[in-house]
Amino acid sequence: MAKLPVQFRLNGSDRAGFVDPAGNLLDLLRRGLGDFAPKYGCGQGTCGVCTVLVDGEPQLSCLTLAISCDGRQIETASGMADGPNLHPLQQAFMDNFAAQCGFCTPGMLTAARALLARNPNPTRDEVVEAISGNICRCTGYEPIIAAILAAAAGGAGMRRA
Amino acid sequence: MLEMRKEIFADERDDNLNVVGKGVQRQDMPGHVTARTRFFDDHAFDGLLHLKVVRSPHHHARIRSIDVSAAERAPGVKRVLRGADVPVNKNTLLSLINFGKDDEPTLAVDKVRYKGEPVVAIIADSDAAALAARKLVRIDYEPLSPVFDVEEALKPGAPVVNETYPGNYFEYHQRFDHQKLRFGDVERAFTQADHVVEHRYQMSPIEHAPTETNGSIAAPEHNDRYVVHTCAQGLFFSLGTTAKIVDLESNRLHFIGGTVGGGFGGKVDSLSEPLAVLGAMLTAKPVRYVLDREEEMLYGSPRGAERIYVKDGVMRDGRIIARYIRSYFDAGAYTRLSSYAAIKCTAHVPGPYSIPNVASDIYVAYTNRCPSTAMRGFGVTAVDFALEVQMDRLAEAVNMDPMEFRILNAYRDGDMKAHRRVAKNTALVECVQVAAEKANWPISEQARRASSLTEGGGERGQIPATPLDQRGQIGRPESRNAPATQTLPASTTRIPLSKQPIFEGARDARPTPVQVPRYEAPPRYDPAIAPPPPQPAHQPVSAPPAPPPPAAPAQPQHGAVRFSSVFGTRRR
Repeated sequence: MAKLPVQFRLNGSDRAGFVDPAGNLLDLLRRGLGDFAPKYGCGQGTCGVCTVLVDGEPQLSCLTLAISCDGRQIETASGMADGPNLHPLQQAFMDNFAAQCGFCTPGMLTAARALLARNPNPTRDEVVEAISGNICRCTGYEPIIAAILAAAAGGAGMRRA
Repeated sequence: MLEMRKEIFADERDDNLNVVGKGVQRQDMPGHVTARTRFFDDHAFDGLLHLKVVRSPHHHARIRSIDVSAAERAPGVKRVLRGADVPVNKNTLLSLINFGKDDEPTLAVDKVRYKGEPVVAIIADSDAAALAARKLVRIDYEPLSPVFDVEEALKPGAPVVNETYPGNYFEYHQRFDHQKLRFGDVERAFTQADHVVEHRYQMSPIEHAPTETNGSIAAPEHNDRYVVHTCAQGLFFSLGTTAKIVDLESNRLHFIGGTVGGGFGGKVDSLSEPLAVLGAMLTAKPVRYVLDREEEMLYGSPRGAERIYVKDGVMRDGRIIARYIRSYFDAGAYTRLSSYAAIKCTAHVPGPYSIPNVASDIYVAYTNRCPSTAMRGFGVTAVDFALEVQMDRLAEAVNMDPMEFRILNAYRDGDMKAHRRVAKNTALVECVQVAAEKANWPISEQARRASSLTEGGGERGQIPATPLDQRGQIGRPESRNAPATQTLPASTTRIPLSKQPIFEGARDARPTPVQVPRYEAPPRYDPAIAPPPPQPAHQPVSAPPAPPPPAAPAQPQHGAVRFSSVFGTRRR
């Protein structure tokens, strides 16, 4: 089947690729463009490890047709840091020990980033709701929630002595 | 903050620790939060091929024929693998430590023994092409009657699941169909007990469900080796297993791992590495074999289900005087690690309680279910659940507070354990006291004053006279209720056990076991038979060899000495 060209901005850079009409965004990012931040966990939109931002909205890249992203802005966890300087959410995840195996972390960060972009001061319940589509099988939800709340609080309580 | 009760754990660990008890950043955390951590699938390869397996739709069936011709001609397919393509197509994981017989093929040949068992592997240039070709493989099965229940499987006349173990049980010491523990005389103690309480406990299989599914990528390297990026939890365990199955020297395998996207025990089985490496060997291309979520949930090996019967004799004052445990591990169709789980379970019986008469019979039974494997304290967690529920029921039977009941029966230092080792550094008494305090659970003054350091030893430190029996001889179900054969005198630490198999040949009208040749490692380089290196014509006068450096002084040994439950040896 003929492949189709697709072009978008990925983490601030113009990227292009050729995809099957039925190809999903996750495969294009990982196998086509070499951005391994979004992961494959289920391929059916239930685990959230493939979460990316499409025009600022969190999307499950395993259920998103790559071709539908033509001309859009895609952001993944690889693009969160500003050079060597971590994004406040990344720093808060470190300070709060909010990762165990690390496999859900890029998706969690991306979901949290979308939350804080639209709601800089979320309640705990809103944080829980925002990451409810992201499974952490190591069950480290509490430090993740604490990290997101700490990042929202602008660094207060982020550093542990 | 961590508190170490040195009065209890005097020699349990050093105090000059730099990290324990402090908040220290993990070295892998920067990689995790920046998404730079590379899991096995996060590696790009040019010309990557994808491997998918055709799985059995039957729980138990004979394979009459396999036709892969259409699949081989399908677009994008590079290679189709069958059992005959696997160099050593029979393995058991613990063969690396010479424990158990090879019983599991990488790709099924004559028979499938569980639903989801791999039969054919297809390597294609895309996932989609491999999946499409998978539908073109024609396998003619003759369904056989399956057995799903552990106790049914052990009855005479049950369908034979795994011909390597024709009695449907793992064979311990080439003598017994189960793992035994005998300490004191439980039968006599039951007749003396005020109450005898017996209950049945049944666990379910549990899937680990890691967020990252099982998988690996194998690729030829420039130096005639194969690099393998893998999720394996035991990297060298997996390397050894793969080297055996694909029949390569292990130094031609370069395993890279250590970043596991959730394991919990479900990534110790080397489910993907042997086929990925074999694919790379036969295609000379990088080959990726990853389970999808459905395969992970349905066919990734789970925690084995256990059925546990606990029978206790307890006195009116709350002392447990006898405990007998009969347990059945559901191994599924192949051994994997269940044989080891049953040993761990036996080593854990009777729980942290001082009981003068203890016996257990722990069976590993084969059924036509997905093979089970390691998961978080397998062999221990389930029996602990059963024992602690049983403890509550016993406390109820004698009208005692469950916390005080545990304190009364807990090990004290100096008590003799059922395994004929003296209990040391015991702390259950203190643990229950702290739990009661934190939970505002009122306990009596006497229970509050109890200590692991007192009341132990003495008569409780003695090994009682122990009747021995030959119950559960391999292939003789009628021996299961055989009477005791002899009584081992008190204070005997070792039970004499012949290494000779006690039973060979026909086994209650079932077929004799399939003799599986043990894997022989490829011949090693031997300097004695290798040609000598060329010698220079002129031998320079060499200085006398330097004396060997003085032996380093022995390092003082710290920390607890551990006990290897497989070999019975001590290691640090």
